[in-house]
Amino acid sequence: MSDFDFNIIIESIPFLLEGMGLTLLLTFFAIVGGLALGVVLALCRLSPYGWLSFAAATYVNFFRSMPLILIIFWFYFLVPFILGRPVGGFYSVLIAFVMFEAAYYCEIMRAGIQSVRTGQVYAGQALGLTYKQNMQFVVLPQAFRAMMPILLTQAIILFQDTSLVYVVGLRDFLVAADIVANRDNRLMEMYLTVALVYFVLCLMGQLCINKLQKKYPSGR
Amino acid sequence: MSMIEMKNVSKWYGDFQVLSECTTSVEKGEVVVVCGPSGSGKSTLIKTVNGLEPFQKGIITVDDISVGAEETDLPKLRSQIGMVFQNFELFPHISIIENIKLAQLKVLNRDDEESKKRGMALLDRVGLADQATKFPAELSGGQQQRVAIARGLAMDPIAMLFDEPTSALDPEMINEVLDVMTELAHEGMTMMVVTHEMGFARRVANRVIFMDQGRIEEDCTKDEFFETDRGERAQEFLSKILTH
Repeated sequence: MSDFDFNIIIESIPFLLEGMGLTLLLTFFAIVGGLALGVVLALCRLSPYGWLSFAAATYVNFFRSMPLILIIFWFYFLVPFILGRPVGGFYSVLIAFVMFEAAYYCEIMRAGIQSVRTGQVYAGQALGLTYKQNMQFVVLPQAFRAMMPILLTQAIILFQDTSLVYVVGLRDFLVAADIVANRDNRLMEMYLTVALVYFVLCLMGQLCINKLQKKYPSGR
Repeated sequence: MSMIEMKNVSKWYGDFQVLSECTTSVEKGEVVVVCGPSGSGKSTLIKTVNGLEPFQKGIITVDDISVGAEETDLPKLRSQIGMVFQNFELFPHISIIENIKLAQLKVLNRDDEESKKRGMALLDRVGLADQATKFPAELSGGQQQRVAIARGLAMDPIAMLFDEPTSALDPEMINEVLDVMTELAHEGMTMMVVTHEMGFARRVANRVIFMDQGRIEEDCTKDEFFETDRGERAQEFLSKILTH
């Protein structure tokens, strides 16, 4: 360890930050998109229309039985093929993440919606709220609250999973560190830095979750 | 024309019939108490009035609008019928005043100021104006149920439905809720009340409906119900709940 070079870490900070920018951007949009699509899928799964519920269930089961890395590959080659023009690695990967995560968010939100008592749904209906209003103002806010710790845990997993984008050549945090490591032959320094950064960020996320769990204990 | 009219209403859960040929009506300004042993279908019956429970046979009209008809705007009809539930069902994630404002804003399209004013006036009326910014979980059961009544009244309903409004309350809180309901009845509100509170029925009801096994077994004026000999099942039921 005597030749452990801290300078290389400090010197490469701007480069690493660029990579972290991509990681965070991807994580953020994948969460927003995945959650939005996941909520829609959850509502479809719980719909009284059998065909709609079946279609959503098929979607979820399909994506949950595929390795994420395969989905990323697929969309990387598939999206430009479908659109007939290149869309760039970032967008094809983002679409892959959104569609993949939506399957998991769907199941979380389905459990959340089902955890809201029927009486609450009745109360909203009895006041004259439409299905959409009842979902928007009564059911989904309570479902989100009940599922918040699990949603955030899923977000942390997603944050870590974004490192898989190296397979299509996107330069995220891990890839940026890897480039420096190989260029300057500083594998130890860079991989330790990567591990430490992931550890600190995920730990902070986990602490937030624990705090939330105390504030909103499950069950009312 | 009656405010609420039910004709031969039947309902099944699969093969199990929960309502059999129920026929009754509630006039404008009338207070009708529905009682009967548990599982007799009284809660189901009252939930069919605003379409929370669908039914397979028969006709229900409220203010001459058919509840079960395909073309009926059910949310609009429901907004005109207040409903109070056994477990209060205030929305736990928003404050008391927001609970009362929500449907005024979203369904009646009142503006923020007007819905708040109406809400505060009603909270004042049920004696809870000082609780407006609290959350439901911070209130006692009796207070929550009074808020639930205020929430229903904020919609200026043409009738109010009460589904066992005091059954989930501790004994010392029952009266504060019944008092609000009594006052409401004296003001001429049309009310359909599922309850075991026979004291309330005696004091306030115009008519009493007794249900058993999904059927309306008795449907008569309060005096007839309490003072003349009823059918065997009603007699048995009354003797059970009046002796404790």
